[in-house]
Amino acid sequence: MTTITKLPDPVAGGSKPQHRGKTLLRAGRGRRLGDLRIALLFIAPAMIGFIFFYVVPTIRGVYLSFTEYNILGDPEWVGLDNYTAIAQDPLFWNSLAVTGQYVLINIALQTALALGLALLMHRVAKSTLIRGALLLPYLMSNVIAALLWFWMLDYQIGVVNQFIEWAGLPRVAFFGSEEWAIPTQALINTWRHMGYTALLIFAGLQAIPGHLYEVAKLDGASAFQTFRKITIPLLRPVLVLVLVVTVIGSFQVFDTVAVTTQGGPVNATRVIQYYIYQRAFTESDFGYGSAIAVILFLILALVAFIQMKFLKGNESDLD
Amino acid sequence: MKKSLGAVAAAAAIAISLSACGGGSASSAESAKGEINYWLWDANQLPAYQQCATDFQKANADITVKITQRGWEDYWSTLTNGFVGGTAPDVFTNHLGRYGELAENKQLLAIDDAVEKDNVDLAAYNEGLADLWVGQDGKRYGLPKDWDTIGLFYNKAMTDSAGLTAEQMAKLDWNPQDGGSYEKAIAHLTVDKNGKRGDEPGFDKNNVAVYGLGLNGGGDSSGQTEWSYLTNTTGWSHTDKNPWGTHYNYDDPRFQESMDWFAQMVEKGYMPKLETTVGASMADTFAAGKSAINAHGSWMTGQYTSYKGLDVGIAPTPVGPEGKRASMFNGLADSIWAGTKKKDAAIKWVEYLASAECQDVVASKAVVFPALKSSSDKAAEAFKAKGVDVSAFTGHVKDNTTFLYPITDNTAKVKGIMEPAMDAVVSGKKPASSLTEANNQVNALFK
Repeated sequence: MTTITKLPDPVAGGSKPQHRGKTLLRAGRGRRLGDLRIALLFIAPAMIGFIFFYVVPTIRGVYLSFTEYNILGDPEWVGLDNYTAIAQDPLFWNSLAVTGQYVLINIALQTALALGLALLMHRVAKSTLIRGALLLPYLMSNVIAALLWFWMLDYQIGVVNQFIEWAGLPRVAFFGSEEWAIPTQALINTWRHMGYTALLIFAGLQAIPGHLYEVAKLDGASAFQTFRKITIPLLRPVLVLVLVVTVIGSFQVFDTVAVTTQGGPVNATRVIQYYIYQRAFTESDFGYGSAIAVILFLILALVAFIQMKFLKGNESDLD
Repeated sequence: MKKSLGAVAAAAAIAISLSACGGGSASSAESAKGEINYWLWDANQLPAYQQCATDFQKANADITVKITQRGWEDYWSTLTNGFVGGTAPDVFTNHLGRYGELAENKQLLAIDDAVEKDNVDLAAYNEGLADLWVGQDGKRYGLPKDWDTIGLFYNKAMTDSAGLTAEQMAKLDWNPQDGGSYEKAIAHLTVDKNGKRGDEPGFDKNNVAVYGLGLNGGGDSSGQTEWSYLTNTTGWSHTDKNPWGTHYNYDDPRFQESMDWFAQMVEKGYMPKLETTVGASMADTFAAGKSAINAHGSWMTGQYTSYKGLDVGIAPTPVGPEGKRASMFNGLADSIWAGTKKKDAAIKWVEYLASAECQDVVASKAVVFPALKSSSDKAAEAFKAKGVDVSAFTGHVKDNTTFLYPITDNTAKVKGIMEPAMDAVVSGKKPASSLTEANNQVNALFK
């Protein structure tokens, strides 16, 4: 789009020197229209996909959130009924609390570990093999990672609990106890995503000009001071991007829960996406499910907005 | 088509970010040649029905039957997708907990006319099974294929060393106050890490090696294998009437008293904690020697008796305070999708599945009990030939001590409410009196 608004530039206009003045404007406009057509043509595939797979379903979903709809019949308009019911639904509030707990544990751990890994990759581990190996867990599908850990952490037959018992400690019901269920799922996803997040941060680290570090060194700054005063501020745009993406991703936790605890024990892992799935697909209440989905959308939009606004993610101190 | 587009959009709107929800679709029949699609969920039964299909095709050269087996977890959502998208199977195995909703949404074909025209003898099925598949509108939506009841699988080596004979195991009684001889047996079968039994002084309930009774889970709304074989001996029943009840009774003192007893079994160390049962299957932990008795369904007989080096006995469920045993009686049926393009072929196949020809084949494989009385007996013989005495299951039917799986509307929502509520009680987090609150929520669904 920017190329269109920047036209016409004088050089392009100068291709026909005998028609300066008004004609240049007209020629520019004609050219602009021609470019627009071509631009639209190139945008079309993405645009059509965006409209049919994002815009239309979103509008439809918002519409359905005001209806009672069991997918087999026709949707019936019920106004705000779903929303007032959600406001009084303890399971909805529980799902928010549970999801919040998951997001906090997941983001805090994942970001800290990924930052550490990225620094190690930047300073110590220059080998491509090691850098690549960090990405291995991410290459595994979520479901397989979840099932693998589900098996390894099993109370009765899991290898982890065998080790815990050998160490003389009581076995831990990682997935079965209400206290452990969410932290366990958060740890699994941290394990899986850490390498990928580290890679994003690592890319940000490489964009920081080396001379800044040299100057800091000359000024006698300690490693910690350099990290705090140079690395972190200059890494901020990347960190904000990483935070926005991982926070939104964490809010959408579903597959790990769906293949392991399915909301239980009691309601300990009934995260918001699983609750949406349960209401819509298991209990055939698509209107109610859509309404929660709309609320989740609003929450995520707000969270992303706050993050961008207060962390100034769209500005860099390098400029 | 309008419907399917809308549904796809709805699904997409909700599922933008839900990844990995099973998709897939059955290939629809291409021509009028007559390929019909048939779905079932139990892999153990696939060989038997494949045999039925082969025999059926021999007799009906113009029809081919394509059988697809899908696990229980994806079965219903894939089926619903199929109804909306037009790719549902012509015939599928149906469940009592689901068919009411499907019939109400006009997804099932009523087969009354065909049943009458082809003289299907409904009296030949075990009592009550055929009636289960008549909907609230009085129309028939399926022909019964099998049934199941509950029994006690026990580890014979453990009962022997505890000095419990098969006769004693067959004569257990239970009541919600002190648990009767059932609790005594369970306590005696429980052994801690030091070898002390559950009824001996010095028993360490925090370090149990073998639990007297295994635990499958909280049992959600039906408690089919978990607790209904106990609760329903007290005169309590899930709903005001069955089928098509409109009021659930989880607030009844008899039920809550029974559930308090059930939760106490965990507290006393006779039954594993609910949190330890997430993951490994109850049958596998039984086979690993972690529990002495498992209450489970007749459809599990094959699995329990197939563990190598494990001698398993099957006892009937205990006699309750009213002097009778009780077992949930669940039956499956084959139903036809209302949207089938092969209606006549589908009816033929359903009638064949419900006939003695096919049900005898199923009986001979000794996996489940077919719905036909004559085939049921053959199944019992087939089990006997394998060295398994299934009288604990058939006895319920013979003595008329069964009650039906609760058939109502809103079953999925009822389960959604009761599952966490029952988990909270069985895990000891809340007393059984908390079920009154859940019951109010459940009954609000029917207003």
